[in-house]
Amino acid sequence: MMTLNIAFVSKLLIIPIFFGIFVSLFALFAVYAERKISARVQNRIGPNRVGPYGLLQTIADILKLIQKEAPYPFGSDKIFFNLAPILSFAASFVIFSVLPFNYYLCGLDLNLGLIFIIAIGGFNVISILFAGWSSNNKYSLLGSMRSASQMISYEIPIALIFAAVFIAFNSLNTIDITKAQENYFFNWNIFGGDNHLLKRILIIPFSAISVIILFIAFLAEANRTPFDIPEAESELVAGFHTEYSGIKFSFFFLAEYSNMFIAAALISIIFLGGFSSPFGYIGSLLNSNFIINIEQFFWFTIKSLSIVFLQMMVRWTLPRLRADQLMNLCWKYLIPYSLVAVFYALIISYI
Amino acid sequence: MMNEAYNLEYKSLKKEGDSEIMILNMGPQHPSTHGVLRLELKVNGEIIEEVIPHIGYLHRCFEKHAEACNYQQVIPYVDRMDYLSSMYNDFGYAIAVEKLLGIEIPERVEYIRIIMGEFQRIASHLVAIGTFGLDVGSFTPFLYCFRDREKILTLFEKTCGARLLYNYIWPGGVSHDLYPEFKNDALNFLKEFKRNLKDLEILLVENKIFIERTAGIGVLSENIAINYAASGPMIRGSGIPYDIRKIEPYGIYDRFEFNIPVGEGIMGKKGDCWDRFYVRYLEILESIKIIEQALDSLPDGNVFEKLPKKIKPKKGIVYSRVESPRGELGFFIISDGSDKPFRIKVRAPSFVNLSILPEIAKGCFIADLVAILGSIDIVLGEVDR
Amino acid sequence: MTIKEIFDLLKNRFENIKIYIEKFEVGEEYIVVSPDVLKQILQEIRNNPRLHFDYLMCISSVDDANGEIKKDENGNKIIKGGTLSLYYHLYSTTRNHKIAIKTSVDRENPAVPTAIDLWKSADWHEREAFDMMGIKFEGHPNLKRILMPYDWNAGFPLRKDFITPEYYNDLKIPY
Repeated sequence: MMTLNIAFVSKLLIIPIFFGIFVSLFALFAVYAERKISARVQNRIGPNRVGPYGLLQTIADILKLIQKEAPYPFGSDKIFFNLAPILSFAASFVIFSVLPFNYYLCGLDLNLGLIFIIAIGGFNVISILFAGWSSNNKYSLLGSMRSASQMISYEIPIALIFAAVFIAFNSLNTIDITKAQENYFFNWNIFGGDNHLLKRILIIPFSAISVIILFIAFLAEANRTPFDIPEAESELVAGFHTEYSGIKFSFFFLAEYSNMFIAAALISIIFLGGFSSPFGYIGSLLNSNFIINIEQFFWFTIKSLSIVFLQMMVRWTLPRLRADQLMNLCWKYLIPYSLVAVFYALIISYI
Repeated sequence: MMNEAYNLEYKSLKKEGDSEIMILNMGPQHPSTHGVLRLELKVNGEIIEEVIPHIGYLHRCFEKHAEACNYQQVIPYVDRMDYLSSMYNDFGYAIAVEKLLGIEIPERVEYIRIIMGEFQRIASHLVAIGTFGLDVGSFTPFLYCFRDREKILTLFEKTCGARLLYNYIWPGGVSHDLYPEFKNDALNFLKEFKRNLKDLEILLVENKIFIERTAGIGVLSENIAINYAASGPMIRGSGIPYDIRKIEPYGIYDRFEFNIPVGEGIMGKKGDCWDRFYVRYLEILESIKIIEQALDSLPDGNVFEKLPKKIKPKKGIVYSRVESPRGELGFFIISDGSDKPFRIKVRAPSFVNLSILPEIAKGCFIADLVAILGSIDIVLGEVDR
Repeated sequence: MTIKEIFDLLKNRFENIKIYIEKFEVGEEYIVVSPDVLKQILQEIRNNPRLHFDYLMCISSVDDANGEIKKDENGNKIIKGGTLSLYYHLYSTTRNHKIAIKTSVDRENPAVPTAIDLWKSADWHEREAFDMMGIKFEGHPNLKRILMPYDWNAGFPLRKDFITPEYYNDLKIPY
């Protein structure tokens, strides 16, 4: 497996660079898309001056953020103050190694892929606590503790649903889950997976519940509306990233958009077929692996981007939940339903 | 000296074995849109024990200025008190001065005043609804409300030249007649607006998260409402049908048919934030009815015939009140026979409604306080004058 | 009930109190009482079931400017003697009638009992009357300035002989 030959070393070099470029381009694109989509929903136009159709707006913003003065707050702990945004972004970036983009571009072939994701997701929580504590600001600390409790609570439904997925689809390895859904879209897990008819019909409600629970829980993990209390302006408490400005702030921002993409990618891997195309590959007609890889990359990105679009639309439509209503939703509703999903998956797995 | 005068203590107060009470400050500059209001909160964890509002940041000495100007020169000052519904301020002042003068105004002027007043009520309620949604966290209804409000302000601009502060309704008449296509423009706008209101209904009125945030919060019971002299949607949200247009009709309001929407506690308790919000939403629908009836029967005439050149009322005292979008707006004018008023006192509805805030905000979360403040719908220009 | 009927009822109820109706050429008529019986009258009009005035709309403070105009040491005109007046406007939500009551107090030492225990809406109105005109309300729990800054010590702005000070806390007040 891990023999040190040319293929392995080339993979080791190309994949991180590729993912690095992809994440940066995605973040640029996502910020621009969010501003345009929110503008169109609200009957405005959005950025259209910088570059054609406003496409270079994010680059202008990044240049502005780079040249800003980023002072340290009085009495702050410099090590953790600098570590928090880097850790936040690094955690999101590490998770990319488990997401398969096509046959070639899968970083790690872990048999415990989904559990790896939950484990690394804990770094998000730690980075927020670092940020709140090292700002030496009473209100930042309160905001970061609220945000940390929100993220920890919502990891539980995610873990339970991943357990249910393991029971129903027999694998925690993201690559295997994707490969089991190849060949035509009615093999996707949301339409029942690659099984005989009875099991298909039984899996469909399971997929439906799981997708909804997973979507809501990932919105809360990424601190998006309706769960965006840490970022809310009209609430009194300021939130953990008040004292950050310049590049450090943009790291938090980048981490949030990467988390959105990871959420979308996971939903599309588990339920929508990952990188497999709905009707077979053109490349297999031409017998070219290279074209198959390009197609798979294309399909994966399209599916993930549509779920990212859905997350953005939800943000601009719904109001914000209060802190206790949020915890109420998680502990009294999402966790019991995800336990129901686990039991249902147990029943399905015997058929 | 400053600290004593302001009576603030910047240390936490221990309350007999209970957890500490912290003093927080929602300072004069706000991220939300309410203006310069300072709220001092005594908080126990996240629950508010006491709220003390500090006002006076926008005090512009309107009453002292009015003693140095003519009756006509006061009108632009009156506009700027409640700058979101300035047609109604003009209307109230004009009615008070006309009571002092004892003149009769032409029919057409009465109809024009009511049409303008009701359009202004719709515009002001759209701002209230939009910013209430913004406080609670939904960004989109704010822009939909402002898009429709822009169209109303365009109608006003074509009539009198100003978008926000009109100087339009003078004692004895109005400053400009309606332009020729006003009736068509207004009817087209109302047709389109009724369709757009459906969007608002889905986004806010029936939205489950919005209902969770606002129902059962900031309940104002009837006795407290009357004792604190609440008015406008505040008191109608608590179930009391107190509307000056029906109790003491001014202008020609008694010729039109419209209902008074009252809060009934559909979604939570009677008198909570959702009721006040829903009363405002229903009042928009009622105003549309009044405007359509008025546009139907608008008579012709000369609007400038009774405009007095010089206003010099005889000695007397009058207190007249109108139903502005925020509540009961009262003008108390004392005239001593000269052409300058001796004393004008304005009873501003937001001033009185804001004094209820310490009473209804006890025991709620900080996040709820923002919702309660949004549902009272204050305009700082009126509170401070 | 009209104002005349209310006035007759109050006159019958309190025989030895000086109370009369005043009316000018235009405008409304109002009932004038003296400040020492003010609290009794206010209690009566709230509690009497035929009157039942439960809604206090407005309390206005007026500087009557009916004293003598003198010049003080700097050459500024000040008014000595004379009265300050308070106008209470009330409304009854159950009986649908309204009334206006006037009292006058001395300019040198204006003090009136507070109405806050009868109607809570009097709270901020009285604070504003104190702030702008200097009338003290005995029994008010929190009689501080409300519109002017809390440490403003240069007089009461709405009096007719108010002179704008030049400096406030080392800030020059323009024109």
